Amino acid sequence: MRFLKSIWSWFDDVTGVSSWLIPLAKHPVPHARKSAWFYVLGSATLFVFIVQIVTGIALASAYVPSAGQAYQSLTFISGTHFGSIIRGIHAFGASAMVILIGLHAIRVYLWGSYKYPRQMGWLTGVALLFLVLGMAFTGQLLRWDQTGVWSVVIAAEQAGRTPFIGHWLARFILAGDTVGGATLSRFFALHVFFIPALIFFFLGFHLYLVIRNGISEPPQVGRPVDPKTYRAWYSDLLHREGVPFWPDAAWRDAVFGLLVIGTVVVLAITVGPPALGRPPDPSIIQASPRPEWYFLWYYALLSVIPRWSETYVIILGPLLLAVVLVLLPLVAPKGERSPFKRPWAFGIVAFIVWMIAYFGTLGRLAPWSPRLNAPPLPASVVGATSGSVADGAKVFHDKGCEFCHKISGYGGIRGPDLTYAGDRMTPAQMETRIYSGATNMPSYNGNITPQQLSDLLAFLASRRRRPAPPTSANAAAK
Amino acid sequence: MTTDIERASECAACDETRRRFLSRLTMMLGSIVAAIVAIPCVGFLLGLRKVPRVWRTVGKLNDFQVGSTVNVAFLDSSPLPWAGVTARNAAWLRRISTTDFIAFSVNCTHLGCPVRWLPTANLFMCPCHGGVYYANGDVASGPPPRPLRRYPVRVQTDEVQILASPVPITTEKI
Repeated sequence: MRFLKSIWSWFDDVTGVSSWLIPLAKHPVPHARKSAWFYVLGSATLFVFIVQIVTGIALASAYVPSAGQAYQSLTFISGTHFGSIIRGIHAFGASAMVILIGLHAIRVYLWGSYKYPRQMGWLTGVALLFLVLGMAFTGQLLRWDQTGVWSVVIAAEQAGRTPFIGHWLARFILAGDTVGGATLSRFFALHVFFIPALIFFFLGFHLYLVIRNGISEPPQVGRPVDPKTYRAWYSDLLHREGVPFWPDAAWRDAVFGLLVIGTVVVLAITVGPPALGRPPDPSIIQASPRPEWYFLWYYALLSVIPRWSETYVIILGPLLLAVVLVLLPLVAPKGERSPFKRPWAFGIVAFIVWMIAYFGTLGRLAPWSPRLNAPPLPASVVGATSGSVADGAKVFHDKGCEFCHKISGYGGIRGPDLTYAGDRMTPAQMETRIYSGATNMPSYNGNITPQQLSDLLAFLASRRRRPAPPTSANAAAK
Repeated sequence: MTTDIERASECAACDETRRRFLSRLTMMLGSIVAAIVAIPCVGFLLGLRKVPRVWRTVGKLNDFQVGSTVNVAFLDSSPLPWAGVTARNAAWLRRISTTDFIAFSVNCTHLGCPVRWLPTANLFMCPCHGGVYYANGDVASGPPPRPLRRYPVRVQTDEVQILASPVPITTEKI
């Protein structure tokens, strides 16, 4: 023991570690009282980031960043017991990072903590937010299954909409004319070296600023930030009622961090890593690429906006988001911090959360996607095994109607549900629609024989809630 | 002693000039070093590999029936040795007469997803956002801004060949 102590005192003497580490750990922070648990989000993001580094290095030790072999190497990793768990931790850790950095940003925004003197803290945080999203995207891609390959193509097509340099940008993302040998290496370098290097830079800066400017005190109504007096007031606050960060505040970070990482690990073990899709072969056209949940809302948004606005949203949307986030602390550096005095702040956060939740759910459902695997309608639904109604049901499937129109629970949901089409439309109206098509429905003019059409109309007319109204002949007989 | 002090005060001005010169020189040398390293790196990263377009055989003439549209796979123009299956490419090939073929790119002109040919419906459908194309590649419904791109096809003796082409990128018309 004495020997260890003497080693430590020698080390401390030649390095001076304790002379800066101890004051750093014990630096005073505002006594947050009831709000203290709101301060754990940033540190938890950092902890999960460290988990991502560790599991990322473990994965990189077996992953082969070669377009032709990455998939096999991931199949190998997933086949080993610990490999599967590590992949799971890395994947759930990615989700946790996106959630935590989002919550952290929301907390800082609602509390007005981006105001003087912490504007640079906000700006470095914005950079980190975009970098984390960049990691999330490139990471999903490194899974390098079918979805990974098509994600690159979709990203290239989106970049292609940029005016003037679109074509070049798209080729740059693909690393050539097509997806191929060079594509994956580029995203591997981005995910493993380039973006992490930027994250380290901005994270270091971010943490330095937290120490330099101090952590913001919980906001209070009627206590606006005045840049002229704030620093003196804050320093006085710390003198009066500050508590040492270590251990008064740090223990909460530890508790919450353990909770988050514990959840991630438990999910990794119980749920397991995301399954690998089909191999990354662009000639396999049976593909329905979908982004991970954190970009699902954006995928849905692009599907529902008016078509003329698409290019503007693809190009200007992310740009506008960045500009707004950057301008925020610059145009509102002072004044009330309390969200109760900034009610629109609640409104904006509620809107963003609603947008991500609503469009995320919509993206999961993807009503605009034809259900190309919808089976032919069973006889129990059709209500006939022969005759024009049965033939019409076959036409309904063969002509692709069923991929977009649902009948009795079968089929797609892009177009109206036709379970009771016979109640709503006359055969003449149906015929017009089938021939003319619509914005989201192809015209079948010239693409359907008269026999097919009459069968289809007989089938659709038989889709009724009520029995067919009695014809005049029937009525007369009665 | 006095001479030293005098010399120091005399040189205060020249010291400043000298230091300004030295700091500028240092920064300039640093920039030169940075540029020397950056130029090849950035050039390498931004440079796109130019590959020749080549004809790829996708089958024998007799493999294709007139009127039917089938999915064919072929290697891209210049596969790197480590590209593996990612170097493969696909097209929808239709034989329209004894000698003529049409080849459609599988990429939807909306966001590049692979479209599927539905033979009974005579339509191409995209699984991503529900773009639909008629048999001739024209947009039938949904978000695609343009008809399906076509690849050049030719028949050499009895082999059907497609010109391996870049992934079609829908750019904005300006």
